[in-house]
Amino acid sequence: MDIHVVGAEASAEERAAVDGLLGAPSTGWDGGDRDIARDGRASRGGRPAAVAQRHLLLPSFHAVQDRVGWVSRGAMNYICQRLIVPPAEAWGVLTFYHLFATEPRAAAVVHVCDDIACRARGAESLCASLSETLGPEGSAPEGRGTTWMRSPCLGQCERAPAALVVRAGAPATRVVVAPASSADALTRALAFDATGHLTESLADLRAVVPQAGQPGLTLLRRVGVVDPTSLDAYRAAGGYAALTRALALGPAGIIAEVTAAKLMGRGGAAFPTGVKWAAVAAEPAEPHYVVCNADESEPGTFKDRVLMAGDPFAIIEAMTICGIATRSTRGFLYVRGEYPDAEARIAQAAAAARAAGLLGDDLCGSGYAFDLEIRRGAGAYICGEETALFNSLEGKRGEPRSKPPFPSQAGVFGKPTVVNNVETLANVLPILTQGAAAWAATGTASSTGTRLFCVSGHVMRPGLYELPFGVTLGEVLRLAGGVAGGRDLQAILLGGAAGMFVGPESLDLRLTFEDTRAAGLTLGSGVVMAFDDTTDLAEMLGRIAAFFEDESCGQCVPCRVGTVRQRELLAQLRADVGVTARAERLAILAELGQAMRDASICGLGQTASSAVESAVARLQVFRSGSAL
Amino acid sequence: MSQHDAIWFTLPPRAAALPEAPPAPVRATLTVSVDGAPVEVSEGATLLDACRAAGKDVPTICYLETLTPVNVCRVCVVEVEGARVLAPACSRKAEAGMKVHTNSARVRTSRKVVLELLASSVDLSTADELKPLLAEYGADPARFGAAAATVAQPVKDDNDLYVRDYSKCVLCYKCVEACGTDAQNTFAIAVAGRGFHAHISTELDVPLPESACVYCGNCIAVCPTGALMAKPEFSLRQAGQWAPERQTAVDTICPYCGVGCTLTAHVQDERIVKVTSPFENGVTRGNLCVKGRFGFEYVNQSEDL
Repeated sequence: MDIHVVGAEASAEERAAVDGLLGAPSTGWDGGDRDIARDGRASRGGRPAAVAQRHLLLPSFHAVQDRVGWVSRGAMNYICQRLIVPPAEAWGVLTFYHLFATEPRAAAVVHVCDDIACRARGAESLCASLSETLGPEGSAPEGRGTTWMRSPCLGQCERAPAALVVRAGAPATRVVVAPASSADALTRALAFDATGHLTESLADLRAVVPQAGQPGLTLLRRVGVVDPTSLDAYRAAGGYAALTRALALGPAGIIAEVTAAKLMGRGGAAFPTGVKWAAVAAEPAEPHYVVCNADESEPGTFKDRVLMAGDPFAIIEAMTICGIATRSTRGFLYVRGEYPDAEARIAQAAAAARAAGLLGDDLCGSGYAFDLEIRRGAGAYICGEETALFNSLEGKRGEPRSKPPFPSQAGVFGKPTVVNNVETLANVLPILTQGAAAWAATGTASSTGTRLFCVSGHVMRPGLYELPFGVTLGEVLRLAGGVAGGRDLQAILLGGAAGMFVGPESLDLRLTFEDTRAAGLTLGSGVVMAFDDTTDLAEMLGRIAAFFEDESCGQCVPCRVGTVRQRELLAQLRADVGVTARAERLAILAELGQAMRDASICGLGQTASSAVESAVARLQVFRSGSAL
Repeated sequence: MSQHDAIWFTLPPRAAALPEAPPAPVRATLTVSVDGAPVEVSEGATLLDACRAAGKDVPTICYLETLTPVNVCRVCVVEVEGARVLAPACSRKAEAGMKVHTNSARVRTSRKVVLELLASSVDLSTADELKPLLAEYGADPARFGAAAATVAQPVKDDNDLYVRDYSKCVLCYKCVEACGTDAQNTFAIAVAGRGFHAHISTELDVPLPESACVYCGNCIAVCPTGALMAKPEFSLRQAGQWAPERQTAVDTICPYCGVGCTLTAHVQDERIVKVTSPFENGVTRGNLCVKGRFGFEYVNQSEDL
């Protein structure tokens, strides 16, 4: 491939950052010093060589962004030479992800979540106080090395409002501050007291999981109780018993158990996991891959973060079992860039497992091989869509692919791939240790096992709750202490921003796949976000619409332009007073929603109007004037 | 035996007849139903193939026979019975027994809204293929209001050969494909940014002369809206002198090299105003190089050579 690189060259620091990841360049052709005698006069590296390295594009950008705080043209050019990527394509990738900066930026950046959960808990006043102390959003006045920016949901909804503080350097520091209710908390974070912030303590985890330590928990039984940094502690608490059973069962036996348990995917689509695994195992094409989708970015969702930070070995063990079952020897765990704690914990656990022979060429002397790589996202909700995630892993823009072909036929690198959500994988362990029948005895006939509920918003005790399927919405809210401050409940957002609003009349709804489906609702990613009677729902809808507009990949017309029109129509509805004009706008909104649902490529566009339409239909927002 | 024997060899006997061509591969066929009528297509055919075989018109914007389908425009959506959402006809493979509806209420609504979304955000004044569709589907882009966001921006006029007016870009990805592995393998442009801000760009949006562009103009050939336009056409349009009704198309052979690409010279008032190559030509598939596409100005010089 003929790479045409002109213009700026990388600085020594930028080169060092890239070389730290890729090693030093071997010839003048890939960015090293030119030496005709050694390099010859013909470039090596045709298309196959280029394709083989492309997956390192995001990690390379991360290396520079972490070290310098932004990716300059020179740095991009150097990366293009190293990886044989055309600069225009690299630019397309670089500008796709929110967390990469393409202009010089202050070394320290405070990413303030202003999404729905944080908005319900004072994010705007935090933004206002940061405007006073640090200047307007994105500004970095001379001599001040810190700026702030608004961010979509950071996945810290149970301790809203939240901020992610990042400082470039070697090494970079990434710290989550939640709750970031006071400027004081942020000031302390900006001092980068790394020892105090980088990892969550058991007490921190217990604050997030109000049920921590209680009997009856399955997925959360170790969270906040067992030291997540210790492999020995994990084993002493039942860890790796599932892998032992899996090795005894063999691939077909594992798949039979998972299928018999009727485990459904917990990421939102509720696809039967056993069917997925069997399909990949049966594919003749090689190699097979396991992908753990840890890019949870659905506003209101934080369950996977807690599982990874609180019980990281479990996720690694489950991926290993999945690898054995599906004849995959290589896995990827794609974690969103906003989860420094979870990423660090998983990386540490993977290293410990590898050192103990629980990852690698010969797992516990069984002859099976499996290892995994952790890949960090860079700020793109869409990469939680499985095929967009594959493209992102491959070093491309996170644009969803058309299905079919499905991931089990052609997934990452075009090979058969099993892709599972973190919570889904976590369920595999108790299925194997308890046996499918015993595990499936919990829940209902069609919704087996337990479910993690991400409870946030205006409740007394926001947090992550584990409950059997079949619990009612009201029971979940009661467990979380009900509406805070003695206020009345106005609405609940069920399933996330891509889910739907329900009113207090739905408190008796049984939370199962079948009951929610019958009610025209979805459990989505397990979000239960409560809003009290002081909430301006119309404003919340505006934020949700803005979220989808910002997060649309831009590929297909219904989503790219439709999400913009939806946000504009909502703004008109909030401003319009005329009854006729309002009815007219609502009719356009409904038709727009139908087209987005019917004609968009992926789930983002197909669900971008769900919350809005449900609020209009079920809560009469904009209809009676009550919410205006 | 002479000393030359070592390098002489005997020709094999000349064949009595020309070898027979291998038989054409027999492709299995399958039957789908399009608007109630059964249609037989070969395995691997798309729903678009099936619809066209059935004589049903399905509009397309981002689809072109010579490019890999990206199915992003979504005007070709059709309804497949039993499917949750509509399917892009251009890329969905036909499966035996599929029941396809090309003109149902759902299909018409989606197509109408998609066209409205495009027409309300993009300048379609030179998108001659799209204008009839707007009328056919009763699209009313004005209903989103005068303040609806658009992609309006200044024209990029940074080289001697062609002009890029991204106010007219519907982001069909065709130019990126033509610049990439589907034709030219130059990779000078790609889609950058995200969402409504996604756009076609060189690296850092540098002017074309600083980019990898080789000015083959194959992107112009595939652009469905006139966002990419060769300079002569752009200038004539600016001057109000572009008159397709006065133009004739003359096929000829490119005089520059031994490949001999087929050129179609578009002639207006005795002057060549544009050069294309037929998409159906098996050699060029519509593609040319800088010389074939742009190197015709000398013909228009009035001075004797």
